[in-house]
Amino acid sequence: MAIVAETNRFSKTSRTVLAWLVGLLFFFPIFWMILTSFKTDAVAVKPEFLFSFTPTLDNYINMTENYDYWRFAANSVITSVFATIFTLVVGIPSAYAMAFNPSRRTKDVLMWMLSTKMLPAAAVLYPMTFLTKNFLGIFDTHFLLILVLSLINLPIVVWMLFTYFKEIPREIIEAGKMDGVSTWGEVREILIPLAWGGIASTALLCFIFCWNEAYWTVRLTTTEAATLSKLIEGNRAPEGLFFGRLSAVSAAAVGPIIVLGWFCQKQLVQGLTFGAVK
Amino acid sequence: MGRIVLENVTKKFGDLEVIPPLNLTIEDGEFVVFVGPSGCGKSTLLRLIAGLEEVTSGRILIDGEDVTNIPPSKRGLAMVFQTYALYPHMSVRKNIAFPLRMAGMNEAEQNTRIEAAATALNLTDYLDRKPGQLSGGQRQRVAIGRAIVRDPTAFLFDEPLSNLDAALRVGMRLEISEMHKKLKTTMIYVTHDQVEAMTMADKIVVLQSGRVEQVGSPLDLYREPRNAFVAGFIGSPKMNFIDGEKAGTLGAHTIGVRPEHVQICPKGEGDVWQGKVGVAEHLGSDTFIHVHGIDGCDPMTVRAGGEVKINHGDTVYLSAQMDQIHKFDSEGHRVS
Ligand SMILES: Nc1ncnc2c1ncn2[C@@H]1O[C@H](COP(=O)(O)OP(=O)(O)O)[C@@H](O)[C@H]1O
Ligand SMILES: [Mg+2]
Repeated sequence: MAIVAETNRFSKTSRTVLAWLVGLLFFFPIFWMILTSFKTDAVAVKPEFLFSFTPTLDNYINMTENYDYWRFAANSVITSVFATIFTLVVGIPSAYAMAFNPSRRTKDVLMWMLSTKMLPAAAVLYPMTFLTKNFLGIFDTHFLLILVLSLINLPIVVWMLFTYFKEIPREIIEAGKMDGVSTWGEVREILIPLAWGGIASTALLCFIFCWNEAYWTVRLTTTEAATLSKLIEGNRAPEGLFFGRLSAVSAAAVGPIIVLGWFCQKQLVQGLTFGAVK
Repeated sequence: MGRIVLENVTKKFGDLEVIPPLNLTIEDGEFVVFVGPSGCGKSTLLRLIAGLEEVTSGRILIDGEDVTNIPPSKRGLAMVFQTYALYPHMSVRKNIAFPLRMAGMNEAEQNTRIEAAATALNLTDYLDRKPGQLSGGQRQRVAIGRAIVRDPTAFLFDEPLSNLDAALRVGMRLEISEMHKKLKTTMIYVTHDQVEAMTMADKIVVLQSGRVEQVGSPLDLYREPRNAFVAGFIGSPKMNFIDGEKAGTLGAHTIGVRPEHVQICPKGEGDVWQGKVGVAEHLGSDTFIHVHGIDGCDPMTVRAGGEVKINHGDTVYLSAQMDQIHKFDSEGHRVS
């Protein structure tokens, strides 16, 4: 007995230490970035000043005064919020139909949706830019970004919602049908209240994915609809001259999402594990 | 009113034919029980009537109206599920009110009906609780409450008592029977338990592999089972089937005799069989004796009234009431 307890305590300590090490390893770049954001560009590139420097807010002031941070941030919020809403508006009915009225092809449709995620984005870069710019004239608009972000995230959102909806006993939905509820009533009165946790997790994750998206948001915008990803991209200098400034911009771009994630940790874990952790 | 007619109804799941062409009439006000072994298609049949499954072919009529392509909500039927299927996020009151609210009934009328149902089902003290805070029996009452407030044309029950413990099951069985006597509404009740079928039904429909084996009152089925399957399914303990020579002398392939129609008798006083006692089950009111070593039927079950002093290994002589012997041919059909 004693030996077993000993081993357990040992493995528990070592596991804790290991977890902290891995955690710090992952956190270090962010930590370094935040530190750098309080340095001048000159100090930022010198390793000997890693910890010893005089903090300055210049980068942040510069960013908000000269680089229009708030407009980029507003664009990020607008596109992410509306893309998330749009994705859910399409995703909830789709997942509902597949979970409760499956046809023979439902499994194939789900697989096909996931397979669209395997197409390399770069492969359609040219048609996307050309068509939206010269043909549709929606290049660099909120509309385009919202559309693209929604479509990118729709497969994963439908998959997640489908998994959550599957957990609702079929009989409850059927009881609703017997009780005379309409299809829309079924969704509003039964499905959404019962899957509320899952829907919230999905929405949160979708929002984060939209916020972090960089490939298309950078390439399909110039100024009007440009998001924080574009702001970071715009401040990137290959020679590494403006590390301080870049760090401040990056920190200000990831800051909101980290704070959001921190407050919604439980929902996020539930979302990422598809509700396996209750 | 609630007369339900099934005309040549079939159901396939893909290539699997669960219900071969089936005809059945359920009269208004009848308590009909669908009984049969697990997987024989009872639930499927009930769900077809409810509209939760689409028929592959055939027609369903309720009070003369063809409802085959009408959605469940428009058929005027109420269903009680084995798993209760209550709305977990709503209080008992809201659960019971749900169908009324969906029908657009005004709140005063809703409340009158909820109070009446809650009183009848002893739920008055629980109206503000959530289903998660109730026992299994209480949950099933809520499910029944949700069904009766609507005043449906017919009630559909799918094994509603299977998730309850034995004592509660007997109580609820009586309550549902009493409810039927009072409401006089058509009820269709699915169960795999022949005791429930016998005690509750006006009319029993025995199903096997989706086929109707026999339709009749409990006592019709008990007295004159149309085939060996029904004979073996109805009655507890199960009917004894005897093959071979003894059956041959009576002009049958197999004969059947119920345990209550076999007696232990002294040697030479009309004894037909001789065997050794295996297990004797003493219930007080009855004793079920399993007798081994009988040609063509091993063991034979004998029901002796009251307490019987008998031991394992005793040799016993058995006689049967000859007018209570059922004869079947090699396909299991009754021959008379
Ligand atoms: N949705 C379905 N898809 C495929 N097969 C089904 C489905 N529902 C029921 N079945 C099959 O139909 C048969 C009858 O099922 P069911 O009506 O549930 O039987 P019972 O209620 O008598 O136990 C079973 O063999 C079952 O596997
Ligand atoms: Mg069943």
